[in-house]
Amino acid sequence: MTESLFFFFASLTLLCAIMVVISKNPVFSVIFLILTFFTISAHYILLNAQFLAAVNIIVYAGAIMVLFLFVLMFINTGKNVEGTIKRNVLAKIAGTVAGGLLFTVVVAALKDVTLGHPDPATYESQVGMVENLGKVLFTKYMLPFQLVAVLFLVSMVGAVMIGKRETGEQNF
Amino acid sequence: MDSVLLIYKGIYILAIFGISLLIATYSTYFERKIAAFIQDRVGPNRAGPMGLLQPLADAGKLFFKEEFIPAKANKTLFILGPGIAMLVAAMSSAVIPFGDTLIIGETSFDLIAIDVNIGILYIFGVVSLGVYGLMIGGWASNNKFSLLGAIRAASQNISYELAMGLSLIAVLMLSGSLSLKVIAEQQTGFNWNIWYQPLGFLIFLICAFAETNRTPFDLPESEAELIGGYHTEYSSMKLGMYLFAEYINIFVVSAVMATLYFGAYNFPFMENLRNAFDDPVLGNNVVTIIGVGVMFAKIFAFIFFFMWVRWTLPRFRYDQLMKLGWNILIPLAILNILLTGGGILLYEYFTKG
Repeated sequence: MTESLFFFFASLTLLCAIMVVISKNPVFSVIFLILTFFTISAHYILLNAQFLAAVNIIVYAGAIMVLFLFVLMFINTGKNVEGTIKRNVLAKIAGTVAGGLLFTVVVAALKDVTLGHPDPATYESQVGMVENLGKVLFTKYMLPFQLVAVLFLVSMVGAVMIGKRETGEQNF
Repeated sequence: MDSVLLIYKGIYILAIFGISLLIATYSTYFERKIAAFIQDRVGPNRAGPMGLLQPLADAGKLFFKEEFIPAKANKTLFILGPGIAMLVAAMSSAVIPFGDTLIIGETSFDLIAIDVNIGILYIFGVVSLGVYGLMIGGWASNNKFSLLGAIRAASQNISYELAMGLSLIAVLMLSGSLSLKVIAEQQTGFNWNIWYQPLGFLIFLICAFAETNRTPFDLPESEAELIGGYHTEYSSMKLGMYLFAEYINIFVVSAVMATLYFGAYNFPFMENLRNAFDDPVLGNNVVTIIGVGVMFAKIFAFIFFFMWVRWTLPRFRYDQLMKLGWNILIPLAILNILLTGGGILLYEYFTKG
């Protein structure tokens, strides 16, 4: 059951991810990317990491992709952008080389990867639940957690500074 | 899970789905009746006794109207928009506990569709997806007013989601659990969260109005400036789906508020009532059934409140809306978290130390 579900979601994830790249309309790309996030969340649930699944949906599908869509709606109001992109041979060659290099890196990284084999007898299946995750974050990983919080604060202050009205600027 | 429970869950999910659709349908009727009452009119009274068949007549009218798709609209997305709005609205009632457990024979039946330990995050995630229906529909219409309405909807929802999430954190600090079932169980009798979280509830209430695009925050569809906002180009049942999704959202957000702050299915003296019966099973079942009634009474009270506000208050201006969200509600919500944390520390200091 779980295995067939995994293969179903995995193939769906790959399909959606490919559709993100090959869609002509950027709005469709964004919608397929949202679907990809959903299928990835389904994987998290299969791994018993419900908190991660929910946060993945809230942060990526619920907030970041809304902003993506937001920007796309401003720059492209339904016009076909296909004809405006010039496709010269040099760009194609450069793209192929860059993609090939990336693929090589991924293959090389996967070659040396060692799969963890947790012992089914001692493995704690509840490790991804929100209580356990919280306990680990606030005990074992206290310092990194706090540092991330500081980082977020810095970026928030930066965003407020950028978004601040300058004197004499017209608004509304 | 054994097959009886599986079948029960299936029936229960269908029943909840049906009930939320029914309540959304009749919300339109009561909206018009309440508006009529407030404005000293009669309201719908032609279809059926007291106009009770009016929602059916409205739906019939919407189904038989012309299905209009603008010439330069993106057809796929134009049809997808209302579908997403409706789907997302109907998804969120799955984790709300409408009652305690019913005991029939040997088995006990939880009156909740799925009891996940991330219930509140699930609702939050689903609510944050609701904006896609509006954005995609508004953009696909290929109309400036629709686009402006969609963009307003998106920025409004994003802004108020933050304050909503922050006000929820204070409740979670008290309950120590993300499961709505556990949060409901903790508020037995009259021990409701509203007594500990009045400020949090106020923030949540205001954000709920903004999230459901209701007056005084219905900027996305303000007809004076934007014609109809994101659904300007929609006609027929696609328009109906957008309006319907709004009413389902009101139902869901009322249920969430009742669960989080007003004790869900709990009512005062429920333990006395439970103990008054000699048979504990019978007592439990009676209390549960009354509890379901109490839960729906609370939900209806909130739905009425939504309508009451709609016909009483004028609409905000857009910059006022943004200022309220970012400059007032978010700092207040953070203050509320600090106060709650301090309160919990003091309580533990005096009771345990």
